[in-house]
Amino acid sequence: MPPRPTYTGRMETLLPSDTTVVRRIVAEHKGRPGPLLEVLHAIQAAMGFIPAGAVPVVAEELNLSRAEVHGVVTFYHYFRTARPGAHTVSLCQAEACQSMGAEELAAHARQRLGIDFHETTADGKFSLEPVYCLGNCACSPAAMIDGELHGRLTADAFDALIRETAST
Amino acid sequence: MSATVYVPGDAGALSIGAGAVAAGIAAEASRRGVALDLVRNGSRGAYWLEPLVEVVTPAGRCAYGPVRAPDVPSLFAADFLNGGAHPLALGRTDSIPWLKGQQRLTFERVGIVDPASVVDYVKHGGYQGLTQALSLAPTDVVQAITTSGLRGRGGAAFPTGIKWKTVLDQPATQKYVTCNADEGDSGTFSDRMLMEGDPFALIEGMTIAGIAVGATSGFIYLRAEYPHALAALKTAIAAAYQAHYLGADVAGSGKRFDLEVRVGAGAYICGEETSMLESLEGRRGEVRVRPPLPAIKGLFGQPTIVNNVVTLASVPWILAHGAEAYANFGMGKSRGTLPLQLAGNIRRGGLIERAFGLTLRELLYDYGGGTATGKPIRAVQVGGPLGAYIPPAQFDTAVDYEALSAIGAMLGHGGIVVFDDTVDMARMARYAMEFCAIESCGKCTPCRIGSTRGVEVIDRIIAGVDAEHNVQLLEELCDLMVQGSLCGLGGMAPFPVQSALKYFREDFRARH
Repeated sequence: MPPRPTYTGRMETLLPSDTTVVRRIVAEHKGRPGPLLEVLHAIQAAMGFIPAGAVPVVAEELNLSRAEVHGVVTFYHYFRTARPGAHTVSLCQAEACQSMGAEELAAHARQRLGIDFHETTADGKFSLEPVYCLGNCACSPAAMIDGELHGRLTADAFDALIRETAST
Repeated sequence: MSATVYVPGDAGALSIGAGAVAAGIAAEASRRGVALDLVRNGSRGAYWLEPLVEVVTPAGRCAYGPVRAPDVPSLFAADFLNGGAHPLALGRTDSIPWLKGQQRLTFERVGIVDPASVVDYVKHGGYQGLTQALSLAPTDVVQAITTSGLRGRGGAAFPTGIKWKTVLDQPATQKYVTCNADEGDSGTFSDRMLMEGDPFALIEGMTIAGIAVGATSGFIYLRAEYPHALAALKTAIAAAYQAHYLGADVAGSGKRFDLEVRVGAGAYICGEETSMLESLEGRRGEVRVRPPLPAIKGLFGQPTIVNNVVTLASVPWILAHGAEAYANFGMGKSRGTLPLQLAGNIRRGGLIERAFGLTLRELLYDYGGGTATGKPIRAVQVGGPLGAYIPPAQFDTAVDYEALSAIGAMLGHGGIVVFDDTVDMARMARYAMEFCAIESCGKCTPCRIGSTRGVEVIDRIIAGVDAEHNVQLLEELCDLMVQGSLCGLGGMAPFPVQSALKYFREDFRARH
């Protein structure tokens, strides 16, 4: 599979309105113990990803170094540093799903969407991600689309879900 | 009187259509002018029967399954609300043989109660354990856990009572109870089912832990892949605060216990306890060097209990029914029950809670019914991605910590992933190394570099490059990772590789 998009860490400036959003989020969580992950989750929930320009703002507000914040953002698979597609399709690639054809399903999904893992379709509609276990191992193979869990998937069922999701 | 119908809101049941079934039942009832009390329960764990619809009848709860949305009108036509005959009828739920033979202690309420209702929880025996704990001295609560023989169900199987005793003995003004709900092992879903189906059991278990060791604050570290469990926990925690089972005055005892959920961010390593603590503190999930143990210096440097969901959720039963009652289940040093999870290529997959001592064969064939594809079972992986692959010749092994350990395997979190005879074990070995490379925290070299080298060596074996020499190299690499890694990720990722080499050597050859 191709490498995940590299987070450059370059200085990027947020729009003033986004800076306000980030500062407001930090202010909400600042008083809690160990708030950084909570802050990053909230930024990603509000903006869809964690823009590079948010890193120095968060660092300043939490009295951390930019390196510390950058280090946390890049450690966790779940945090994204580029804008994702309108819909995120996460396909489980762990052992239980492999035993029921997850690799074949992934090959089909790549072809159907025309993208590889960690990529987004040109029209910005879908991002495709691998995931290592959704806890649905008695209903393999499994996928999650925009937070909805799907089990016992086949290529046809996958296509139907994609059609349905695309129309929303 | 309105009929009561249960349709699981469990994520696994939803993944195969329970949402559409529930909507269909509500719509059909409304169309027919039938008053309906529709409860979204957890799953009974028989995923091969999901979506499993239950109705309350004078004879008890009756089940229909697996129900698909188009079946709904015919269920009404068959008068299923009164237990009417239908091709999908399964009779009384508790007489379904797959469920009837189980010994549900920790999961006694999962699939039965309304997971959003503290009233329903109490009605089904909830908070009796807490009441008992509040009547005892803290040392006696800890002693009960020790006597019960409960061992950590997350995988390490460390005696829970000893861990609690260590925290209890620390003089500190602030201690913590943390729940490891970062259930990342493929083939496991017991934590998810428990949190979605009976979240109050976990909340009660953590509250008892807090009272036992003198901790006033608790955190549940939940993986980001479980949004349904997050919703269920948030609802239940709010209800528990509302009913004064959490907060400044737990159940009128004058004791404080606060609880919140923190969400992980997709790092498998954060299931390792010290990595989880780092993550809870808002840092990279890099493993800590031990000592000090978390029980002495854990979250924010304070004495901290770190226990898995199932461990903590077993605590209320032990307090309510007595430590001896729990210890009477099981064999040898494996006391009590274990929720096993049958997963992957299996005909009747799901959760089976039984006393320790069942054999793999009983599980795979009597409960599981063999593979879903109908082909012979070639291998099972027990204990997640770091667990060994076991061949059919060893299926008479008992499922307990010591018996599995004796054959070089491990029980882990109780997940069993089944593969049929189309599996390529060299590829599975490669995957174990690849997974370790993706998920390594990077702190120690054997894990960080070893896993990548492992993938490369297996690739050379598969490509037929000097196979004999490379197999030997792979064995040496595995040995180094086992001996030299800082934690269980690098230290156990070689187990599936070594077992694949040992039992399925014929797969390690050149491909066409």
